[in-house]
Amino acid sequence: MISRVEIHPGRYHDSVRLMQASKALQGVEGVTDALVAMATELNLSLLADMGFDMDTVTGVGPNDLLLAIHAESEEAVAAAHRALEEALTPRVARSGGLDAPDAKTIGTAAKINGADVALLSVPGEHAFVEAMEALQDGMHVMIFSDNVPISQEITLKKYGLEHGLLVMGPDCGTTIVGGLGLGFANAVQPGSVSMVGASGTGIQEMCALLDDAGVGVRHALGTGSHDLSEEVGASSTLQALEALDADPGTELIVIISKPPAAPVAEKVRRVAAECATPVVITFMGETTLEEGAGEVLDALGLPRPLYGSWEAADRDHRPGSVRGLFSGGTLRSEARHVAAPLLGEIGTREEDNGHTFIDYGDDEYTQGRAHPMIDQTVRVERLAAAGQDESVGVVLMDVVLGYGANANPAAELAPIVERVVGAGVAVVVSLCGTRGDPQGRDAQARMLNEAGASVYLSNAVAAIEAARLATTRTSS
Amino acid sequence: MSDLKQLLDTEPVVVTAGTDMLATSIEEQGPAVERADWRPPHEGTEPALNVLFSDDRMRDANEIAIGRMLAVRPQLVDVKVARDVFGGMTDRTFLHAGPPLEWERASGPMRGAIIGAMLYEGLADDPDDAATKAARGDIELSPCHHHGAVGPMAGVTSPSMPVAMVTDAAGNGVAYSTLNEGLGKVLRYGAYGPEAIDRLHWMDEVLGPVLSAVLENRGPIDLQSLIAQALQMGDDGHNRNRAVTSLFLREIAGSLIDGADAPLDQRRAVFDFIDGNDHFMLNLVMASGKLGSDAAAGVPASSLVTVMARNGTDFGIRLSGTGDEWFIAPAPPVDGLYLGSFTEEDASPDIGDSTITETVGLGGLAMAAAPAIVGFVGGTAAGAVRRTLAMYEITMAEHPMYQIPMLEFRGTPVGIDAARVVRTEVLPQINTGVAGKVPGTGMVGAGLVEAPIECFVQGINALAATLQ
Repeated sequence: MISRVEIHPGRYHDSVRLMQASKALQGVEGVTDALVAMATELNLSLLADMGFDMDTVTGVGPNDLLLAIHAESEEAVAAAHRALEEALTPRVARSGGLDAPDAKTIGTAAKINGADVALLSVPGEHAFVEAMEALQDGMHVMIFSDNVPISQEITLKKYGLEHGLLVMGPDCGTTIVGGLGLGFANAVQPGSVSMVGASGTGIQEMCALLDDAGVGVRHALGTGSHDLSEEVGASSTLQALEALDADPGTELIVIISKPPAAPVAEKVRRVAAECATPVVITFMGETTLEEGAGEVLDALGLPRPLYGSWEAADRDHRPGSVRGLFSGGTLRSEARHVAAPLLGEIGTREEDNGHTFIDYGDDEYTQGRAHPMIDQTVRVERLAAAGQDESVGVVLMDVVLGYGANANPAAELAPIVERVVGAGVAVVVSLCGTRGDPQGRDAQARMLNEAGASVYLSNAVAAIEAARLATTRTSS
Repeated sequence: MSDLKQLLDTEPVVVTAGTDMLATSIEEQGPAVERADWRPPHEGTEPALNVLFSDDRMRDANEIAIGRMLAVRPQLVDVKVARDVFGGMTDRTFLHAGPPLEWERASGPMRGAIIGAMLYEGLADDPDDAATKAARGDIELSPCHHHGAVGPMAGVTSPSMPVAMVTDAAGNGVAYSTLNEGLGKVLRYGAYGPEAIDRLHWMDEVLGPVLSAVLENRGPIDLQSLIAQALQMGDDGHNRNRAVTSLFLREIAGSLIDGADAPLDQRRAVFDFIDGNDHFMLNLVMASGKLGSDAAAGVPASSLVTVMARNGTDFGIRLSGTGDEWFIAPAPPVDGLYLGSFTEEDASPDIGDSTITETVGLGGLAMAAAPAIVGFVGGTAAGAVRRTLAMYEITMAEHPMYQIPMLEFRGTPVGIDAARVVRTEVLPQINTGVAGKVPGTGMVGAGLVEAPIECFVQGINALAATLQ
């Protein structure tokens, strides 16, 4: 067996492309394991966990590319190299006779199609320059990237406000404009409910619940997870709120945010109260998305439904704590909020004891890797580990569907779910998706259910169910 | 008030930078997306870029600077003598190409040209004598660029040489260049044999005065118009000047025939000299460029590259927003084709002020206009087009006058933005001649070279420092 780690200094590729390259390499005959990744600390530790000898890998940083291969032969290594080059070769340039090189910046690329929205997912430390250029060129900007310094966020949003341009983000996962989803977004039916959300998965869960209740969505403007911080002061949220209030197609506005800073929450409430359009406010920490969706339905004069569920056939599970493996930060918050009264203390870090709800979309677990809604590697590993951890009785995890997300997350999870359930652990899935999502919401639910999981469309219901399983089992 | 109305009422047209999946997921929903093939900026430049993009100062300054560069209408008005036009020029002053340089660090062709110019000025008895005197500081070296002038290759300009005077038709500024000697064993390539020195004497005795009289007779020549026409006739303005030189001859032919206060044999010799030198107009194109780049200089906060120049030892650039400061890196070797039995072993590193042409949207940046020379510089016609197209990434404007037929008469990429260079690591493409590294050799080839990134990194860091 050959085990090798190669360093390609200064060769940059984005994490999704590298994930695809890793998958391509893993498919090469004779290659038993492979990882192509930028040399972040997370990826270095992942390589060590995979059994690679890291002593020779010194002096590398996040701008260096690592190729790590376990292979049966040199031929397989050579084949892996070919597969790598193929996977990393830029796509063929547009034909047009003159073979123009690809534009390399937002400014030059936008000249080609006259873009009015720039969508940035470059590493956070590089987002500011591209975002500022987009604003200077008169574009609205969605910054998917996280790890952008707050001072830069403030500069960008101030500039946007002064120039009538919306800055969505940084750390903005989801926006839907007139049905077109940017980032992680669900396929929604046309409707007259619009959202402003300082939370990507908050918007997605709201879309999913309203969709299940038969309510369509007009716009959902993401503003980034820091927008309601004291420093940013809800700059983009208020800007978007004002625009939606003036939008004739919007009959109801929902504001969603991760737990906001108190004075900022007050300010948003005051402005919302003055809107001509009815506004439902859903601040995490105060209420749940399910309750928010309920208020929307109330305002529209529609009944609150029982949201879809696919429950596992009754089976015994072993006693133990709940391990929450989340990809959506807001889904984690909401789950914690509703489960805490039942479970008591719930840790948010892997090293905590007892019940833990971890957000694997957090920076700590995404450096040099794609978001867990795309790349499930880390969560799959933690799910498998939970099966072997005797202290765990219940696993609670979200699966987020929609554009931008993993094309078939259930297929990757199902075999592991089956193994974990077989080991005596109850698996509860919060499935966030709409009926129109490209992955097929119900098919995904059934696949996970057949593997032994209980699947719920409402994240709050899923969390309560997980907590109930853990408490009833341990108390019986 | 709803500034965001358009965003809410129309389907967004999206451009992406970063993970391809986000672009693909939009395309799954229908609309096409334009992707930037984004890469991180040159290592270590983020802090400076963050400063430069923190507000509109650089952007506004660049608009002013490129506007000034493009507003210039260069015209050839006269041919004068160097000592009469350069303030502070003494009998011992020798101007040279590129950033400041001392004899100790001078390359072979630069030393050769200085030796030749000293022989020409009668300051030395023979080459060894000249070298000895130059080494002990008998002469004073100063960059052409410090005097509103440019010179190709070694660019050595000594007091007795005739210089072309190019002014702005709108009345702003003046720039100078020597007159082109032709190819082969010529001073600017470092040759200092009798052939080169005799030619220099003829140039100050006959060529300069005749041209001066011609210009007086017929009036100024609109150089920008000639260059614009020549780009549509296969010139790039740097390595191919056959068309523009022909156009120039047409411009002066009438006055040459009329007399120009000179005997017929001299007029005939002037005609033959220009006719036999496809690069005669290079120096005038360069002076035109210098006029534009000087007009654009000195705009605070601007990242516009106003000068790229090499002296055979160093490659230096200047930015509009950083005043007279040079940003310097070692002159790179040229990737070229070589004449006769010469090889890259015989080549001097990159040399000359002729990169002023690239600075104003000609030369390597206009390569798509000159398919006739792509073979000469080792490429294909498609490659030449690609080369020009790549330059739009790092330039501020498309030239309103200089157009490229093959690109549907799109303006040449003009106004190199140092910030875009470090962001993209796309380097300015330069067409150039290659001088022999041994003094006295002359021209050995021609080829392509890229401006070193280090110059732009230094420039961007210095520019950011002025804004903090």
